Amino acid sequence: MFKILKYSFYDLMRSRWSYVYLLFYLALGFVLLFLNNDLSKGVITLMNVIVILVPLIGTIFGVMYYYNSREFTTLLLALPLKRFTIFIGQYLGVGLSLSFSLLIGLGIPFASYGLFQSDAVGQFSLLLITGVFLTLIFTAISFSIALYNDNKIKGFSYAILLWLIMAVIYDGVFLMTLVVFEEYPLDNFSILATLLNPIDLSRILILLKLDISALLGYTGAIFQGFFGTGAGMVVSLSCLALWVILPCMNMYRKARVKDF
Amino acid sequence: MILLQRYIAFIFLLLGIPVTAGTLIVSPDGPVYSVKAALEQAAAGDTILVRAGVYKEYNLLIDKPVTLMGEGLPVIDGEDQGEIIRVVADNVHIEGLLIRNVGTSYTSDHAAIRMVRCENFLIKNMVFEKLFFGIFLEKSNKGIISGNKITGDATDEYSSGNGIHLWYSHEVKVLDNSVEGVRDGIYLEFSDHILIKDNTSKGNLRYGLHFMFSNNDTYINNVFKDNGAGVAVMFSKHIKMFDNHFLKNWGTASFGLLLKEINDSEIKGNVFEQNTVGINIEGSNRVHYDSNDFISNGWAVKVLGACYTNIFTRNNFLSNSFDVSYNNSMNDNTFHGNYWSEYTGYDLNKDGVGDVPYRPVKLFSYVVNRTPETLVLLRSLFVDMIDFSEKVSPVFTPDALVDATPLIKRRK
Repeated sequence: MFKILKYSFYDLMRSRWSYVYLLFYLALGFVLLFLNNDLSKGVITLMNVIVILVPLIGTIFGVMYYYNSREFTTLLLALPLKRFTIFIGQYLGVGLSLSFSLLIGLGIPFASYGLFQSDAVGQFSLLLITGVFLTLIFTAISFSIALYNDNKIKGFSYAILLWLIMAVIYDGVFLMTLVVFEEYPLDNFSILATLLNPIDLSRILILLKLDISALLGYTGAIFQGFFGTGAGMVVSLSCLALWVILPCMNMYRKARVKDF
Repeated sequence: MILLQRYIAFIFLLLGIPVTAGTLIVSPDGPVYSVKAALEQAAAGDTILVRAGVYKEYNLLIDKPVTLMGEGLPVIDGEDQGEIIRVVADNVHIEGLLIRNVGTSYTSDHAAIRMVRCENFLIKNMVFEKLFFGIFLEKSNKGIISGNKITGDATDEYSSGNGIHLWYSHEVKVLDNSVEGVRDGIYLEFSDHILIKDNTSKGNLRYGLHFMFSNNDTYINNVFKDNGAGVAVMFSKHIKMFDNHFLKNWGTASFGLLLKEINDSEIKGNVFEQNTVGINIEGSNRVHYDSNDFISNGWAVKVLGACYTNIFTRNNFLSNSFDVSYNNSMNDNTFHGNYWSEYTGYDLNKDGVGDVPYRPVKLFSYVVNRTPETLVLLRSLFVDMIDFSEKVSPVFTPDALVDATPLIKRRK
């Protein structure tokens, strides 16, 4: 598994797109901090980017890599290797290389603007942790989708649709539910609905760490009461972890029975 | 020397104190050892000069027009026994003392200085520490409270008093004071024609400034910072608030300025920066908001029902999460000639006024007012999308609520 991981990882590290991705974050980080020297404000702006863009890039990269390396995969399948090892190795190769691009691309600008001396360290590390989780989650989901669909176009469409659902449509339904059922107590529902969507969960986790959480008022206080505690943090991180594990297990199940 | 005497006489004349007054000196070395004794010996118009030292006294009664003046900041320590100074005479002048350890009482509101039915008083350059109430005016008119420093150590709202408290007192000037760490920094009730100028009120438990049922008052150039809830102005009319700073009143139930039932007033040239809500307006009519700066607030202006014929003009709205929020679709207020940092229109004829009207109420803020729980979706992509579509073709937000002449450049 590690050998495959290594091959995939090096393969991606050598690919142009990893560098483009890395350069994009480097540029974004430096430009943000150049325009506005405040690290905390930079974190807020980055939050918007990370919560939307990281899942999108993870999804597209995942699907693309799976389809592009299909010949290599077929070759590997001919060798006496466990199927699961092949796919999980490739998946981790993609996920980890994207995560590294993210960490390095954002880490360098912020570190050079004196991150470690400021009090934004906690917020920034949470931002990176959720960023890495989102990368791993959406790469895993897109790998799963690609495994189900041999048709590239279909696979791509489903993957993008899934991103759209998670990033936009889910929030729309969530908002409508809150408005329609405004007569009812919605605190627990809101917390549950947030936990179920990794994008919303990341957004709320970061928001609650920022000053802006005071805007959330009464609901914010309830969220703070849940997510602000150690137990709440453990629950939300396990939720994110679950979002990585479930698609991986699905990958395992599907890879075992799939006819190539 | 004669010139100096004449000069002093002139000052006393100005203060309305007879020139023939004698001077009693209170000092730890005599001739008079306590302020209480000096007050008993003094005749009307005398000056009591208190030399530096610590005097453990309380319940001092000033019942004749005297000047009580400290030299080198003498300390009057009440040892938490009760009220320190009570004034019941006109033309009293108190200056340059440090008063500390005022007793706490829930039945009689102990104060460091309580003025009861006095006129023409002057309380100047005093320092108050560890107090319950600081300066308490009870039906006292035409006085000046100036240059005092009040530092409380309040921890709970129910067991603390106010810094400067005016009750049924008219035509008082409150100038250059600094109040911190009490319940309400400056509190007014049933007090008209008050001038509050150049004061700093910060870090108070409840409000920096709190007033009710007080008309024709003026607030100029004060700073209200880091207070529990901000500044509350209620049930009053003809109020003028000019050039004040409302800073960092930040918390789930905080605001820079709360207006409730305020009519016919002017709010001009104030700066509202980093407050959860810049101005929270309820039931206020005919108020003129002119040339204010709203910078980085959660809500710059939050309008909650029954506010009619208010005018917003020449204000700067800079990077607030919500510029204006309304809880109903009816609008009778006018916005014109403001600068909005989120304005994206253009100005073809270069007259400095945008050609496209600006709609300050976002759809999301309308939704949030209806269902506050939806605020958890703040900064999500979906919300940005509906805001954008509403901006392009408004359906839900009040139709008439537009700034038809938004400024292209920030008003300096």
